[in-house]
Amino acid sequence: MSAGTAPRRGDFARLLRAEWTKFRTVRGWVLGLAVAALVIVTLGLLSASGSHTSCGGPGDVCSAVPVGPGGEAVDDKFYFVHRSLTGDGGITARVSSMTGHIRKPDVTPGARNVVDGVVPWAKAGVIVKDGTRQGSAYAATMVTGGHGVRMQYDFTHDIAGLPGGVSNDSPRWLRLTRSGEELTGYESADGRHWTTVGTARLAGLPETVQIGLFVASPGDLTVRQADFGGSIQQVRFAEATAVFDQVALEGRTSGGAWERDDIGVTVSPDGSLHHPGGFAQSGDTYTVTGVGDIAPLGEGQRIESTLSGLPAGLLGVIVVAVMFVTAEYRRGLIRTSLLAGPRRGRVLAAKAAVIGTVTFVAAAAAAGITVAVGTRILRSNGNPVLPVSTLTELRVIAGVAALPAVAAVLAFALGALFRNSAAAVTVAVAVIVVPHVLATTSVLPIGAAQWLLRLTPAAGFAVQQSIPEYPHVLAHYAPSAGYYPLAPWAGLAVFCAYAAPALGLAVVRIRRRDA
Amino acid sequence: MRRHLSAEWTKLRTLPGIGWLLLAVVTLTPAASAAAAAMVSCPPAGCAYDVPKLGLMGVQVGQAVVAVLAVLAVTGEYGTGLVRTTFTAMPRRVAVLTAKAAVLTGLTLSAGTAAVLTSVLAGRIILPGNGFVPEHGQPLLSLADGPTFRAAAGSVLYLALIALLSLGVAIAVRDSAIAMGIVFGLLYVLSAVPLMVSDPGWQKLLWQISPMNAGLAVQATARLSDLPLSPWAGLAVLAAWAAAALLCGGLLLRARDA
Repeated sequence: MSAGTAPRRGDFARLLRAEWTKFRTVRGWVLGLAVAALVIVTLGLLSASGSHTSCGGPGDVCSAVPVGPGGEAVDDKFYFVHRSLTGDGGITARVSSMTGHIRKPDVTPGARNVVDGVVPWAKAGVIVKDGTRQGSAYAATMVTGGHGVRMQYDFTHDIAGLPGGVSNDSPRWLRLTRSGEELTGYESADGRHWTTVGTARLAGLPETVQIGLFVASPGDLTVRQADFGGSIQQVRFAEATAVFDQVALEGRTSGGAWERDDIGVTVSPDGSLHHPGGFAQSGDTYTVTGVGDIAPLGEGQRIESTLSGLPAGLLGVIVVAVMFVTAEYRRGLIRTSLLAGPRRGRVLAAKAAVIGTVTFVAAAAAAGITVAVGTRILRSNGNPVLPVSTLTELRVIAGVAALPAVAAVLAFALGALFRNSAAAVTVAVAVIVVPHVLATTSVLPIGAAQWLLRLTPAAGFAVQQSIPEYPHVLAHYAPSAGYYPLAPWAGLAVFCAYAAPALGLAVVRIRRRDA
Repeated sequence: MRRHLSAEWTKLRTLPGIGWLLLAVVTLTPAASAAAAAMVSCPPAGCAYDVPKLGLMGVQVGQAVVAVLAVLAVTGEYGTGLVRTTFTAMPRRVAVLTAKAAVLTGLTLSAGTAAVLTSVLAGRIILPGNGFVPEHGQPLLSLADGPTFRAAAGSVLYLALIALLSLGVAIAVRDSAIAMGIVFGLLYVLSAVPLMVSDPGWQKLLWQISPMNAGLAVQATARLSDLPLSPWAGLAVLAAWAAAALLCGGLLLRARDA
């Protein structure tokens, strides 16, 4: 290059400006993108205003969902036998039995079908909790129905101990000690040789806490496929009963009888307790029955529930992005463009940058409005929307803006490769929108749906998931329920891993072929 | 009219890529049906699958190719400017549209028949291996069975109606990218919208007016009373969509410059 030519950077800026001028002066493209953004907002707000939740009769107000120390919605419902502890101390107990009842789907309609057994995440053990308010900080060491000994704290944290259940022949010893803000869980098979399960630091734990025994049992989950796609989940009643003995307390604890609280028990409209827990003491043996769970909550509307218009909006984006390049070929403008900017790769890069950026801005506005207004509409209709941190909300909005931008670049690259809008639109829709629709409407088995969302560009939709999957909570973790198999940014990375090579291929192609 | 038909047939059979598209209809449809059949299984205790619907699952893929074919049959002509020659030679535009629709319907019906028959055959071969046998309460897929025959014949008609719907949209918008966007939106996105609303009344209404959900009701053979529409009423909804699109396209065709 001679010294007289313009510097490279200025060159590219000029190309960008030329491409931006082309985009904004074609009314159809601007309109198309505006329609796509509008579709995201309208469909989202419509579906938000279409969902109502009521908690019984008219005028009934749903009770607020408890929120844990990390700001997440939680389930906090269990039977608590406790004393207060001031300062450092601890509790030791032996669990010698864990039994329960599970209600299974009715065999004869109308007749309750209850069987003996405990669900895998039924919990019984020792706990230290910041008072009896639902959602307050806690740490607990426990035996579970099917996952051995665990130490859990503040709802979202779970540490595995040794596997195995309990019985009269092989009881499990549990211990939990407090030292300042640090809690340590131990387990033992004989009460003499102790193994550490884990340590938790509960920031801001007050001087006086509640310490004691607890039992909880989440409901039994059954999922069946619905006829028109979608699935029907049912959670049926399950309760667990554990027998504790050899209970020993250390430290300054309150004297007298044990206090008993059925934390979070459901009160029926007539004032009676629905499926209450229970407590019985005979000598040094305590029998505790509990219902419920101490765990993060995944049920309910989420902020991304308002983004149901996204696939429809993507269709508009794909059409505009494809036409942004194929129209140049059809009208012969590409020859003028390449005369003005003979470095073909840079022309294509400038075009891709313009369509990607314009789409990002439009989608960010649409997603921001939809999430903010849609969430408000959902809440005013009585739907509990699972709270998330501001950072997560920003990630969802930024991700949902990036998703159409990447889709635009991929569709654009396909348009440049095929030079034919029909082929490009079809392939783009087939690889981006169709796999997502197939996977989330659960016409496919879960395994197949998850693989689609790992391998195809539709993996990018994972970026909108605001509530993570918790291994220590049994739930229907399927794409149709809003759980994607890849982490949010990993999913978007898979999508980019399609768009980037496609654009690279388009650059190679435009260099080698006549325009 | 015969001249019109002959001209449209010549244009359609010489459309670039028409052979590949027809091949795609005839191969992708049974391939997707076979994949669906291979993925499910029926335990000895019995299962709740609607077997004919399962065996014809590939129609949901094949319809995309049919839509592309129908759109290209129109926009190819606009793209090259051939349409002006067509209207100079045959000034009665509605007759041209009618001939185009007739030729396209004929082609789709023949390709669709081949695709559906192959799908049924694939289902009959694959499904018994996955436990869909009479001992588990699932008779073999057979066209001699009345409802199964209705599902298969209805699927062929479904594909033809999809072609007509796409043709109407393409005539109206005259651009392949936009036409494809609209058709795919009507088919795939509208079919998922009922799952996004929670109100049962709205859900049912949206299901009934969605061309793909309603039209594919013609494939249902089990639990018909649970469906929001009867099989033929569902296909009639799709026919109404196709008629509306053709009417819209026809009116615009008469009113506008070519």
